[in-house]
Amino acid sequence: MRMSPEELLKRSFEGDLIALSRLLTLIEFPAETDPEIFSFIMRELMKRSGNAHVIGVTGNPGVGKSTLISKIISIYREKGSRVAVVSVDPSSPFSKGSFMGNRIRMQQHSQDPGVFIRSTATRGAKGGLGIGTTLLIEAFDGLGFDKIIIESVGAGQIDVDIQNVSHTTINVLIPGAGDEIQLLKAGLMEIGDIYVVNKSDKPEAEIIYKQLQELFESEKIESRTGWRPRIYKTSAVMGWGVDELTSGIEDHKRYLFENGGFKEIIRRRRVYSTKQYVKYIIENYIERYLDRVDKDLLEKISKGSIDPFTASLELVKKLITK
Amino acid sequence: MYIQEQKDVETRISLEKEVVAEEMRRRYKVIVAKLGLDGHDRGAKVVARALRDAGFEVVYTGIRQTPEMVVNTAIQEDADVIGISLLSGAHMALVPMVLKLLREKGAGDIKVVVGGTIPPDDAEKLKEMGVAEVFPPDTPLSYIIKRVRELAEERRRS
Repeated sequence: MRMSPEELLKRSFEGDLIALSRLLTLIEFPAETDPEIFSFIMRELMKRSGNAHVIGVTGNPGVGKSTLISKIISIYREKGSRVAVVSVDPSSPFSKGSFMGNRIRMQQHSQDPGVFIRSTATRGAKGGLGIGTTLLIEAFDGLGFDKIIIESVGAGQIDVDIQNVSHTTINVLIPGAGDEIQLLKAGLMEIGDIYVVNKSDKPEAEIIYKQLQELFESEKIESRTGWRPRIYKTSAVMGWGVDELTSGIEDHKRYLFENGGFKEIIRRRRVYSTKQYVKYIIENYIERYLDRVDKDLLEKISKGSIDPFTASLELVKKLITK
Repeated sequence: MYIQEQKDVETRISLEKEVVAEEMRRRYKVIVAKLGLDGHDRGAKVVARALRDAGFEVVYTGIRQTPEMVVNTAIQEDADVIGISLLSGAHMALVPMVLKLLREKGAGDIKVVVGGTIPPDDAEKLKEMGVAEVFPPDTPLSYIIKRVRELAEERRRS
């Protein structure tokens, strides 16, 4: 069943889930569509985008991101918000396949027409998001969703891209995974607007909670953005602390509205997204260029008759003059 | 004039196709679901993993899914194929409900395959109802992968 771009958009705006899902697929894979059609569709969507509150949820694998998101969705649904979730899981560097299991924890919402969940794989992207993630945000925003929750892959210390696309970044931690030295490390521990100690039904949760308080609530430490990060204790499975967390998320949204940060973050997200695509395309071009076009240079590099840095300069020169 | 414009568009498309990363291409997407009151998920996980290793993007729903949950998931994910695992004996009650819901919601193009303890007679009946393939116990993984790929290709062409 094929639909014209106009038809696809019209039906998606009307809330036809089949059309909406196809529209999202088209947007997730820009390379599969005629560029003219693609930019027409995005133009229509982006005319209407710029209103949704984007909430990024990150943290190491297994900390309870998906379960926590499921509880947050319930609270926003009670308030009547339309919620979209973009959940990212890793692609295999070998087969390019992916096993996406985040939805399992959110299946209680699968029959709610006010919740739309799309799983997406990283597809070679690094930094914690997938290649299609930023465009999916623009789409859901343009389609009129109030809250867009982004779930990063199980993040490592340098997977900080989620803060480039989110209004409110939530970093989920758990007790028992290292001492306070880990909390002092750069990267992931710097990007949270809100830090959550999940699985706080465990008694050790109090330790990491205190450590986080010392780290973020000390008046002596200047906050990078002017917002002093909040810390919440939750147990997503038991349903503890999620109400408080959600009102903290709303406080942060209000803060952004008051100081003009809300629109600024949307501008930042679009610039970031563009740069990401440029990077993917150039990265791929280099891969192809070396493997297929400049076999001589590749051979010299492999043999060690030219060092990688000098070779890289040569390659850049060739690419720019092309 | 028109022909020139047409050519420009074509060159642009081929240029962009050339430049765009392999990773940006759409891969086949499969839902693997345990339908009904059945917690025996070992088989489903083995198949899901094998599909991952064969390059599919697999969304695993977990156990105890209702037909509605499976169908809504497949629609939201724009899946090509739904793989249902059933070892409870309830296949004749639940699988037809999945097929019916898919048709009702306008997603009849999504292919359905069923794996598990399905007696041959029932397998025939399910196929008559619209199940694309039934994989009985001991089906080689390579055969499952081959058939799921063929069905996904078929759905993309439709």
